[in-house]
Amino acid sequence: MDTLQSKYKTVKVDEVKEWFKAAPISAFSVNGGACVKYKDLQIAVFNFERFNNWYACQNLSPAKNEMVLSRGMLGDHKGVPKIACPLLKNTFSLETGENLNGDLEPIAIYPVKIKDGFVYIGTH
Amino acid sequence: MKTILVIGNGMVGYKFCEKLMAKSESDNYKVIVFGEEPRPAYDRVHLSEYFADQNAERLSMAPRSWYEENNIELITNERVTDVHRASKTITTINDKEYIYDYLVLATGSSAFVPPIPGVEKEGVFVYRTIEDLDATMAYVAKIKSQKPDGKAAILGGGLLGLEAGKAIIDMGLETSVVEFAPRLMPRQLDNEASQVLQNKLEALGIDILLNKGTQNIEGDKAITGMKFSENETLPVDMLLVSAGIRPRDELAKTCGLEVGTRGGILVTNNMKTSDDSIYAIGECALLNQMIYGLVAPGYDMAGVAVDNILGDEALMPSAIDMSTKLKLSGIDVASFGDALNEAKESESIVYENKFQGIYKKINVSKDGKKLLGGILVGDASDYNMLHQIFLNGMAIPENPEDLILGARGGEEASFGSALDLPDSAVVCSCEAVTKGQICCSVTEDGNEDLASVVAATKATTGCGGCKPMVTDLVTETLKSMGKVVKDVICDHFQYSRQELYSILKVKKVTSFDEALDACGEGKGCELCQPAVSSILASLYNHTPNKEDVSQDSNDKFLANIQRNGTYSVVPRIAGGEVTPEQLIVLGQIGKKYNLYTKITGGARIDFFGAELNDLPAIWTELIAEGFESGHAYGKSLRTVKSCVGSTWCRYGMDESITFAIELENRYKGLRSPHKIKGGVSGCIRECAEARGKDFGIIAVEGGWNLYVCGNGGATPRHAELLAEQIDNETVVKYLDRFLIYYIETAAPLMRTAAWLDKLEGGIEQLKKVVVEDSLGINAELEAQMDLLVDAYECEWKQVVESDTMKDRFSHFVNSDDRDDNIAFVPMRDQKMPELWK
Repeated sequence: MDTLQSKYKTVKVDEVKEWFKAAPISAFSVNGGACVKYKDLQIAVFNFERFNNWYACQNLSPAKNEMVLSRGMLGDHKGVPKIACPLLKNTFSLETGENLNGDLEPIAIYPVKIKDGFVYIGTH
Repeated sequence: MKTILVIGNGMVGYKFCEKLMAKSESDNYKVIVFGEEPRPAYDRVHLSEYFADQNAERLSMAPRSWYEENNIELITNERVTDVHRASKTITTINDKEYIYDYLVLATGSSAFVPPIPGVEKEGVFVYRTIEDLDATMAYVAKIKSQKPDGKAAILGGGLLGLEAGKAIIDMGLETSVVEFAPRLMPRQLDNEASQVLQNKLEALGIDILLNKGTQNIEGDKAITGMKFSENETLPVDMLLVSAGIRPRDELAKTCGLEVGTRGGILVTNNMKTSDDSIYAIGECALLNQMIYGLVAPGYDMAGVAVDNILGDEALMPSAIDMSTKLKLSGIDVASFGDALNEAKESESIVYENKFQGIYKKINVSKDGKKLLGGILVGDASDYNMLHQIFLNGMAIPENPEDLILGARGGEEASFGSALDLPDSAVVCSCEAVTKGQICCSVTEDGNEDLASVVAATKATTGCGGCKPMVTDLVTETLKSMGKVVKDVICDHFQYSRQELYSILKVKKVTSFDEALDACGEGKGCELCQPAVSSILASLYNHTPNKEDVSQDSNDKFLANIQRNGTYSVVPRIAGGEVTPEQLIVLGQIGKKYNLYTKITGGARIDFFGAELNDLPAIWTELIAEGFESGHAYGKSLRTVKSCVGSTWCRYGMDESITFAIELENRYKGLRSPHKIKGGVSGCIRECAEARGKDFGIIAVEGGWNLYVCGNGGATPRHAELLAEQIDNETVVKYLDRFLIYYIETAAPLMRTAAWLDKLEGGIEQLKKVVVEDSLGINAELEAQMDLLVDAYECEWKQVVESDTMKDRFSHFVNSDDRDDNIAFVPMRDQKMPELWK
């Protein structure tokens, strides 16, 4: 059966086939996140200004299969940017998708680029 | 497989099981334990605490599941009636028969009741089991309901009797302690020490009668007095007998085991009775012609019995330490070694301070080289060290008086660091843990805080008297390894919450980024961001809207996230008072947005299943109807629960509901380290369950009684009395001080009960700070609360009145679509989230 999780696969920068134009920069809170709808996917995008960088990952919480990661809290774990799930505080690296405080499967990570005031998400 | 039957499930019987289970060979034995009491073994040493909280669970040594996990069959409520040594069987009161290979008698002792005529009268109790305490408390309540000036007496001025005396006076009866000997605690204290203790107890209102032999218990059916002589009678309504113990040796007697002439099952120093297959341990055992009524020797006996059954030679030490230290109604009392020096083998050095009620005496060998014993009353802070010097025969200073007076004349104290003890020194005598084991647990096993050392070694888990010394050892050992011992927020802020609070206040920090710049490192995390946000809110009453990205998810969206990613909505209904019109409005809103609806435990209405996108619309309607945020999502004041009080209730002493509404409105929106709940009851029937709250107020004759630091939840706690019979204004004043003091000093996510546990000096210290202003900070605390109350704004009102703030409540940033992953299923005419996929 096609699980929700199976729809989300990490995309590396050099694999990007299409940059999806998501929303203007101003739509994202500084040091916060928001969720972008792309086809039938939900992608969480973070404007992590303290890292001077943007990150994107699946919005799906792998522990509870709910669409909530964009509402989580940003932070760093020994210098690695991370997102904490608001449901059960599982934390994931925004660089690799790895679960930093447990042994859940990694989440899918997407490249982000900023061009002319707009946020783009890299997809296959 | 061999069978061990343990008769008796008291502290020592339990300890036998625990020590046996710690051995790998225990798999070869089947263990069956019989207890005649209804519940599994509990801590009798701390029995008097049961008077205060009636929490039998807290006294429990181990839950039933522990026995199950260790394959021990525990049969409670079943007395063993006969031992048949020839067939190696026992029978119980229900005529059940069991076969043994080894039998362990841990039958303990019973309270000794002197054969005074009339002692069988109603109203005479003993002090031994939880059931005894239940019966005593029920009788106290009965007396109080019948007469306003009820009187109680305790027969016996030993340590148990004095503890019981304090408990009874706390329950509101006039209390006298009646002792036959010319002094209190005659086995531990000399006359001078007893006098110091007596002065202190009398100051607490306990009447002390010494040199009193009771001739008769007066009264027809129930006790009315104690007659000491022809012309001296003490009128009392009840009597608690605490006149010593008698070993429970009846089983041993009937099966022909040797017993002492004055009772007790005769054992040799390997804890075997006169029958090689039968052991006796604890207070039923007569060793060296002595009954040892302390828990530490009992635990040693349990260990020796375990070793011998498993085939190891183990013996009790030839000298058994009978030192004791206790806190009696806040008064330190300790005695160790040869305290009384009756044989005049030593010289005494005595320090007495009548102003402060302190008495210290040490007995030093005639050559001035060894400490042989001592007594401390009023200040026992030197006890652990003196006890160790005594136990280990350590060298003492040239001027032995330095031991109790401290080194005078500017020199360094000649003793004092716990690290100076030899590794073999037994620091925790209940669990027989040495200094070496504690230090090793830190240096070798990598336990880096007190809690993990305690878990690994079991030190401090018995009477708890060694806790200061164990704490010192852990801290000192960590320091010697160059580790900083600190309770810090997280990797990003190397400060405790209290320190961080002061820093942010002094540096006038107003945002998380400023906090990172001022005293943090890295980029923050899910621990420090909510902690900083909470502190800033406690300092300035900024709502979460000011910096939503640094809030915990619930505060960010001003709603509680539920398990399917939808939210709940709880408007404030102060004191639980709601008009029919308001109820109709709430019903209409719930219906319009198709929300699951329930009444909460805090007497208000909770709507579930609201999607993120709908929250602003729902709140726009609620606010238009005059509602405001209930802060059900915040670490902040939740509700002040109330009964209807004298407004409606025929028993009500005061207007509890009016007061509850006033308090809830005063403290609404107050951010704190954890949630805060309050309660106001209109009379002592306590229908608002106020003592289960962080603050609880109960109307009594002449004002309100104020209780603080209670909670329900996983570790229920009754709130403790902070002040009595105070008026409304004083309640508010004390509450302002208490709440800000808690907010400023607690650790993150620490509720008031846990905070009080950590507060040095406990409730007495809190009274000093809040009532007596011992720290001189009350004006500041009150001013801070006034500032927060004045700065309050409804955070949902801010959102619905601002277009930009509403933006964060849409699920997608690039679409008005809803989250199509949310699904509900019907349930009892409402809906619930689909089960987790």
